[in-house]
Amino acid sequence: MNLTAVRAIYTFEMARFFRTLLQSFISPVISTSLYFVVFGAAIGSRIDQVEGVSYGAFIVPGLIMLTVMTQGISNASFGIYFPKFIGTIFELLSAPVNFLEIVLGYVGAAATKALFIGIVILGTSAFFVDLNIQHPLAMVAFLLLTCVSFALFGFIIGIWAKNFEQLQLIPLLIITPLVFLGGSFYSISMLPPVWQTITMFNPVVYLISGFRWSFFGQADVAIGFSLFAIGLFTAICIGIIWLIFKTGWRIRS
Amino acid sequence: MAPIVDVRDLRKTFEGGFEALKGVSLQIEEGEILALLGPNGAGKTTLISALCGITTPTGGSARVGGHDIIADYRAARQMIGLVPQEIALEPFEKVINAVRFSRGLFGKPRDDAFLEKTLRQLSLWDKRDAKIMELSGGMKRRVLIAKALCHEPRVLFLDEPTAGVDVELRRDMWQVVAALKESGVTIILTTHYIEEAEAIADRVAVINKGEILLVEEKSELMTRMGRKSLRIELTEPLKAVPEGVEEYHLELAPDGRALTYTYDTNAERTGITRLLQKLSERGVALRDLQTKQSSLEEIFVSLVKEEDAA
Repeated sequence: MNLTAVRAIYTFEMARFFRTLLQSFISPVISTSLYFVVFGAAIGSRIDQVEGVSYGAFIVPGLIMLTVMTQGISNASFGIYFPKFIGTIFELLSAPVNFLEIVLGYVGAAATKALFIGIVILGTSAFFVDLNIQHPLAMVAFLLLTCVSFALFGFIIGIWAKNFEQLQLIPLLIITPLVFLGGSFYSISMLPPVWQTITMFNPVVYLISGFRWSFFGQADVAIGFSLFAIGLFTAICIGIIWLIFKTGWRIRS
Repeated sequence: MAPIVDVRDLRKTFEGGFEALKGVSLQIEEGEILALLGPNGAGKTTLISALCGITTPTGGSARVGGHDIIADYRAARQMIGLVPQEIALEPFEKVINAVRFSRGLFGKPRDDAFLEKTLRQLSLWDKRDAKIMELSGGMKRRVLIAKALCHEPRVLFLDEPTAGVDVELRRDMWQVVAALKESGVTIILTTHYIEEAEAIADRVAVINKGEILLVEEKSELMTRMGRKSLRIELTEPLKAVPEGVEEYHLELAPDGRALTYTYDTNAERTGITRLLQKLSERGVALRDLQTKQSSLEEIFVSLVKEEDAA
């Protein structure tokens, strides 16, 4: 295992993040505040409680998940797409590293960034609502798994993308709708029965539900099922990446 | 001594059937500068890419420092530094961080003293804290070399190091290469500038259409295939080539003030003495003599033409 290389990639990627630390920090703070103003104060004042939790607090886990997923994807996809775009990928391919080390470096850095932003949102939320996290360990585990799995997914998108449009395509067309329709801002039980069934095909539901359980101790689906879903998603992503490096698809001619 | 780079029957067929390498065999000795010469699309970059791990070969084998490039890729790649043809650098990064990254990527522990030495050698030390996007084209090329050297490779591949570079920078680059050779690095450089091979290489390999046409000491190649010409400048202009020297196939300059005799440097007798004697006997007065060796360029063009005709 070339751990020095993993560290080199990780440090290099994190440097990109630190160069824009201010934006990285301020933009989630602002967007979270806006969500609280719109959903929490404006709309939330008309909604009493959702399953015994104030609406403002109820949306916190969904909000964190929404951002962590999109950040994990965009950081990792950009991280590996950019070297392809500017041509520096040659160095990665000619270095004495295997796919695991490359993935650890890039995905590790992307997941760290997503985690950082997740924590910033959690911190910002504390200014607006009272948060009482019932299962802190589970919360951390869910958060970490989501950061990693969506960074893995983003890594696949970055390798697959041939241009910047494609890089945006999947997050925009698939992930954002799935996240919004996955119960970020509402409980699945609020939907009509038909939509409740349809929603169950949305994998994001399981993540948000599990994450919300770690906050409030209640969930739309069983917690074990949520864990299984996110584990399965992570495994599939790792499998695809392994295949990509084995065949050299879109990276090695 | 075993060659440091040993390529045997290496093949690469791309999807779609294009054969970029048709069984290339090439042995490169430690410490030499080999120029891989060939027209565009000859397979130079494909060969380098295959040896460095960027392209997967479809047949044959290659070893670098005794390590198989596939089975023992870590050890093989650790010995290799690659300077690509295109300038590919992270624009927002500082020079020192870019170099540090490369060293780490190749699994070497941080060594700021060595990086300083490398950057100084390439006159980049003053620019270490500059962002890459702020550098000139020539400086960027130096950064590429620094990145390739910072993990202390034994073999350096320079893919068209001076393509699209002005004359001054090219000479500059040649000096860098000479200094690297001094430090014991084996250098393989691809180029389609014959001038470049002529100026810095020890050996020349000519590749065309995915096949190595020849590998030879540069000086031997030039002697073996070289033709020389003797230009005889005359005091008085001539209207025609004098009679009695037809066997020399002399050419008379349009203004009649010079005769050119082309001869093979390998021939036992060049016939120069007899020619000059004969001219003198015919009352031709000589003003000056010049000899000119044919360049690698002419040799190369004739080789590739032969191959194309075959």
